[in-house]
Amino acid sequence: MTRYASPGEPGSVVSFQPRYDHFIGGEYVPPIKGRYFENPTPVTGETFTEIARGTAEDVDHAVRAAVGAEAAWGRTSPVERAEVLNRIADTLERHLEAVAVAESWDNGKPVREALAADIPLAVDHFRYFAAAIRAQEGALSQLDADTVAYHFHEPLGVVGQIIPWNFPILMAAWKLAPALAAGDTVVLKPAEQTPASIHVVLGLIADLVPPGVVNVVNGFGVEAGKPLARHRGIQKVAFTGETTTGRLIMQYASENIIPVTLELGGKSPNIFFRDVADLRDAFYDKAQEGFAMFALNQGEVCTCPSRALIQSSIYSSFLADGVARVKRIRQGHPLDTETMIGAQASNDQLEKILSYIDIGKEEGAHVLTGGARADLGGELSGGYYVEPTIFEGDNKMRIFQEEIFGPVLSVTKFDEYADAIKIANDSLYGLGAGVWTRDGTTAYRAAREIQAGRVWTNCYHAYPAHAAFGGYKQSGIGRENHKMMLDHYQQTKNVLVSYAPNAQGFF
Amino acid sequence: MSGARGSRVEVTEAAAAMLRRLTDLHGPVMFHQSGGCCDGSAPMCYPAGEFRTGDADVHLGDLVVEGVQAPVPVWMSASQFVYWRHTHLTIDVVPGRGAGFSLEAPEGVRFLTRSRLMTDRELEEDALTKR
Repeated sequence: MTRYASPGEPGSVVSFQPRYDHFIGGEYVPPIKGRYFENPTPVTGETFTEIARGTAEDVDHAVRAAVGAEAAWGRTSPVERAEVLNRIADTLERHLEAVAVAESWDNGKPVREALAADIPLAVDHFRYFAAAIRAQEGALSQLDADTVAYHFHEPLGVVGQIIPWNFPILMAAWKLAPALAAGDTVVLKPAEQTPASIHVVLGLIADLVPPGVVNVVNGFGVEAGKPLARHRGIQKVAFTGETTTGRLIMQYASENIIPVTLELGGKSPNIFFRDVADLRDAFYDKAQEGFAMFALNQGEVCTCPSRALIQSSIYSSFLADGVARVKRIRQGHPLDTETMIGAQASNDQLEKILSYIDIGKEEGAHVLTGGARADLGGELSGGYYVEPTIFEGDNKMRIFQEEIFGPVLSVTKFDEYADAIKIANDSLYGLGAGVWTRDGTTAYRAAREIQAGRVWTNCYHAYPAHAAFGGYKQSGIGRENHKMMLDHYQQTKNVLVSYAPNAQGFF
Repeated sequence: MSGARGSRVEVTEAAAAMLRRLTDLHGPVMFHQSGGCCDGSAPMCYPAGEFRTGDADVHLGDLVVEGVQAPVPVWMSASQFVYWRHTHLTIDVVPGRGAGFSLEAPEGVRFLTRSRLMTDRELEEDALTKR
């Protein structure tokens, strides 16, 4: 067991600066209006740094820097861009512990997740897109003996990226790596709930990227995110968040006629078929872990498996084992490597989760475990902790239909295969899903019939690069985490060439 | 379609005070209830008309706030309303940090939707339920 010292205490592997400005044109510049906001850690609720409160003027400055860098960066060879991405990856890897502790302190997640998942996945993501851009090929079509259509991948130019607060560094990596690989320059706005850890990363990699290629403007959504999303100098917007803002971003994009990619969340079903319980073996244990996966990252995951559908013949025993497993989840100080569940990212997030627990109870759902705020005592009393909570209820209830974004699981039963699919698809969203069975045919059929962009089959919450991630239905547009994301950051140039010596014959 | 004034959606006094402040700063405002991840499942407050509503939306009602001249319309996507129609909403405000492009974030607070089940009588009288 390791308990990392809190940032600011002696022996901490990372230290935050007392204040962070915007990163524009390769250097830190103060906000034009001179305002800052306080950034608390959700671990204790105490402020640990202050952050530039950006406005439209700062966004404009950053877009101009990105426009200035666009031509040169777009002309670099894939080899050069891949080298930059690989250097970023190597640097993050060398400082993995410091970056992981910074992420945990800013977001509240347990450091064991940041050490084992967030940061290693971010590292790998840069390496993946370094490789993908090296391997990318254009296409040519031989239209007839003398006519050839060449198709070149060209960058879009300047892209705006708005990053969520649940995986601040990993989601930034998901957006930065393909954009930089594609040859775009970036203006990135971190979430105002978790604005600090990206600056620890920038402190490590700023020298690796030419000035103006990556620009970071901090601030509130309405003051900095909105001016970025509607800026006439950008060629694309990428956003991860919720549906209303997603629609607003599409609305702004329509004014500029630019594309968007959106990841807007889900209400992911996790289906356990009866044969899971045929044996009490390693697979059963794995499925039980799959049931408990709703608590990963405190449930603050767009693909949180927050609806468990259990076949009726095994319902009681599987659920009892699952509840017992969830009760063993260790909640504690996020910087303790034994801690499995940490703090919710912000106070308003905590309040929202508690309001959903209230409506779940009022709708008649039955609380099997948890159901309240957790007070962990000492300095953690000021932090934002929720007990892992399991509700038993009906899929029509609001706790089965809305993304609570907390460690709250809603469980129901189904009788036959068709019922499982019907319940699973009775949702506005279609981002993730889980299917657990020992029968390959059932797994295949279910995975194909569930309307979701990612169906984990006998696993959950794995996010390897090279497996496409994105939503069906209202969960969004686009596929991240895969080389196909390059298409969302590039446009196609067709050069249509005639090698024929003679006139076409029209005039 | 007219919003059934006050019957489906209400506002707490704290949220009303914040609406007075936001209206002073930004002019008339509107709400659109969000769904989905991160800051989803929360009401978003925009300058009136900023968010384009259409056939895909339901007008839940208009909040009448003392000291705010124009009623504050509350909207939700029609597909989401299917799952919410049996619940009464109260817009509250809590200390917090940011959410999408909602106007109140820089004030250090966040609007929050609290819900309760509609009574049988409320459902009977509700214009949207009859639709």
